[in-house]
Amino acid sequence: MRVGVVTFPGTLDDTDALRAVRLCGGQPVPLWHASDSLHGVDAVVLPGGFSYGDYLRCGAIARFAPVMGEVVRQAGAGLPVLGICNGFQVLCEAHLLPGALIRNDRRTFVCRDQRLRVETVDTAWTGAFAPGEEIVIALKNGEGNYQADAATVKQLEDAGRVAFRYLDVNPNGSVNDIAGVANAAGNVVGLMPHPEHNVDPLTGASLDGRKFFASLLGQLVG
Amino acid sequence: MNAAATPDTPQPWAELGLKEDEYARIRQLLGRRPTSCELAMYSVMWSEHCSYKSSKLQLKRFAELGKQTPRGPLLAGIGEQAGVVDIGDGWAVTFKVESHNHPSYVEPYQGAATGVGGIVRDILAMGARPVACMDSLRFGPLDAPDTARVLPGIVAGVGGYGNCLGLPNIGGETVFHPSYLGNPLVNALCVGVLRHEDLHLAFATGEGNKVVLYGAATGGDGIGGASILASETFDADGPAKRPSVQVGDPFMEKLLIECTLELFAAGVVIGIQDLGAAGISCATSELASAGDGGMRVNLDLVPLRDPTLTPEEILMSESQERMAAVVAPENVERFMEICAKWDVQASVIGEVTDGDRLVIDWRGERVVDVDPRTVAHDGPVYDRPSERPEWIDALNAASAAALARPASGEDLRETLLRVVASPNQADKSWVTDQYDRYVRGNTVLAQPEDAGVLRIDEGSGLGIALATDCNARFAMLDPFLGAQLALCEAYRNVAATGAEPVAITDCLNFGSPEDPSVMWQFERAVSGLIEGCKALGTPVTGGNVSFYNRTGEENILPTPLVGMMGVIDDVADRIPMGFAAAGDGIWLLGPDADEAALSGSVWAEAVHGHLGGRPPQPDFALEKALAGLLQTASKTRLLTSAHDLSDGGLAQALAESCLRRGLGAGVELPGDAFVALFAETPGRMLVSADPSNAEALEALCRAAAVPCRRLGAVTEAPELEIQGQFALPLDELRQRWSATIPAAL
Repeated sequence: MRVGVVTFPGTLDDTDALRAVRLCGGQPVPLWHASDSLHGVDAVVLPGGFSYGDYLRCGAIARFAPVMGEVVRQAGAGLPVLGICNGFQVLCEAHLLPGALIRNDRRTFVCRDQRLRVETVDTAWTGAFAPGEEIVIALKNGEGNYQADAATVKQLEDAGRVAFRYLDVNPNGSVNDIAGVANAAGNVVGLMPHPEHNVDPLTGASLDGRKFFASLLGQLVG
Repeated sequence: MNAAATPDTPQPWAELGLKEDEYARIRQLLGRRPTSCELAMYSVMWSEHCSYKSSKLQLKRFAELGKQTPRGPLLAGIGEQAGVVDIGDGWAVTFKVESHNHPSYVEPYQGAATGVGGIVRDILAMGARPVACMDSLRFGPLDAPDTARVLPGIVAGVGGYGNCLGLPNIGGETVFHPSYLGNPLVNALCVGVLRHEDLHLAFATGEGNKVVLYGAATGGDGIGGASILASETFDADGPAKRPSVQVGDPFMEKLLIECTLELFAAGVVIGIQDLGAAGISCATSELASAGDGGMRVNLDLVPLRDPTLTPEEILMSESQERMAAVVAPENVERFMEICAKWDVQASVIGEVTDGDRLVIDWRGERVVDVDPRTVAHDGPVYDRPSERPEWIDALNAASAAALARPASGEDLRETLLRVVASPNQADKSWVTDQYDRYVRGNTVLAQPEDAGVLRIDEGSGLGIALATDCNARFAMLDPFLGAQLALCEAYRNVAATGAEPVAITDCLNFGSPEDPSVMWQFERAVSGLIEGCKALGTPVTGGNVSFYNRTGEENILPTPLVGMMGVIDDVADRIPMGFAAAGDGIWLLGPDADEAALSGSVWAEAVHGHLGGRPPQPDFALEKALAGLLQTASKTRLLTSAHDLSDGGLAQALAESCLRRGLGAGVELPGDAFVALFAETPGRMLVSADPSNAEALEALCRAAAVPCRRLGAVTEAPELEIQGQFALPLDELRQRWSATIPAAL
């Protein structure tokens, strides 16, 4: 299984995502923002960071990168895509996922080990979880406050497309405690927490991030 | 040159911060009056911040320490942009701490942000990939109105810049004291990793080689920042120098990091230097003076953000995110390609020449023609008068012995709560939760652990540990001992993880060097560090001096901050802080508390607002024995936790060890329970171990001649019980400990 990880200018967690793919049994493939080739990968991760400094809206410039045209096109054809943090913001800006991420309601950056509930296992990136499974994933963002209009939120909730929900503490003011969402087909998932930081017992507070990649592997094999 | 023909033209040397004799010396060196551009260069390069003119005589003494660490010789030491330590297997680590105090008072966010940015570029310029940062912060009282302005801005600035660079922040300190009210301290540390063969140094060599300026364009920000801000005291009527503070662009710095590392890997860099304080003045004069030739620069080739800048301003600008490299002509094209890949602007602005002059032209006019050594190295050196202040005897005489003590178990319980809830001892997660500690995936331990631990080699597990410490209250009582106690505390914090402490960087924050009592404090602190480092075998790799930290006439507490770096062979063996399992035994390693060590303690400050007496005596042999013991215990996985005893004594260590994972403890204290809990005798650690390892631990302590006392056990019951005194539910303890900082901000 070859999993591409895109580096935009200002991407920070690309090395972590590449390592996570490797530790979880995949073959990591670095992808460069300025190239329009995905090199035939089986899935794509848009990792965290501050693409283009996030000086405009987060992700608003990265969505125009040459690589994104191909990501959008192949995602439409079913390619599994995972957007983490800044990658989630890019997916929203690229309209692969609905809604938007705005500044945290507490107005500061927040880094913490966050409890989440897995709300759907019917996606390319959550199939290895048990329904309703409670997990701990590292969270770190300044603009992770997920918002969408009421109709969109209702549609997401009704269709079971809320992928993850914050437990205990809503760290950023997201509507309905939403931590991550999926597209209708379930191949594109975006979330603010960072599963790539929860794959190594020496550096993570849990190993719950591994199941994201195990889900992918299971789906591609199955 | 026009300057030679017009010797009597009045020049604004005083406005630029030069003294009359310094200006006379410049005229003497040049044999004429300086041009206005030369005057600008000399004024910034001869400022306290850049020239170390008041501290040079003292800093030279660090050379006595030599370059030998417990793990081999330093690969680069004092005088380079940062020291480089060989940690084995071909790996080297470079680390340095630097102050950005004055800018952070004027404009907290940008001052702190660019403080991080500057130290990161120093590390990068050594050829290393920056891999983590730390921040040691000092503020006025937590409840002071200005602290509510300064603290959130500084924390957001440290986080905003470091987070956006992708550097985990793995530790540091947040300390409050009234002396920092008008002069907060922002000491930022960066650590980088390189292979031995990747080491790069700042020098220009090879006639015809090109000087390339790359990174951000040069703007009007931070002009004269170094000389005007770092070397002057703030007036009581507040700041009016906002334009002198630089503005940071961490995104550009991130590109600069990746671009520079790719330039190194491509082998197209001969010499390199970052542009920090004094900008192009500093980079050109230092590169040229460290090399074997001269340099010719054309200022018209410098990309400008503001085309109206004068040549003096271009030379002095402290615009951030810029680097200068010396590149062979045949490699310039490749250099430019790599910069283009990363969208980094790069321009050849000059070349290395034979001879020994630094000449700079602007619009067809020669604006600088100097010997670069006179700019970079021949600045004034002051042997400032130093005198032991009279007040120190009275201060030392006012010990904590006379202070009222808790009379009952109930009083003792309330005293413990007051200590752990005092601003300096309270939970700092309001600060540290604003920093990314995970990025890069190698953070094995981070704050609130005793030291940050990073994995360097994923294959072997080789890693490093870093801690910064300074108890300035001790340094106020005795700067010699205070510096040594800071050194011991940082050493012990690193040792607590199981790492072997190997070398230090320091950031010496003091008041005005023109005050003889401050010079005395400074000299004593340097002496204390030198003797302490000799005893511990840990050389000084480099660091920073910050003077003029005061508001009006009040100097800050002397704050000789020590950053200690240690090496751990396998990070999987690291010992975390915090009780790990109910049923584990709890031991105190090191001597029992000494009543005299209540002087200068947190208890005296938090309960009585008292600072007086003599600080405790460090015991270097004990510290070394303790560190050796912890290394053995780490390799044999003997301990489940370790936590150093320092500020707040055993009381604080017990509270933090319980709260880390929400496990209780039942302990029995030797002697006077109050003294046992609150005295701050150094050379001690609180550890826990599975009961099956009790005998092995006690045998190890006997072999190392480290006193060892079993205090009790970790309990499932969520309370801290001091037998015969009180029991304190952890919920209540946590509530008091964690409420203080958020409530004030």
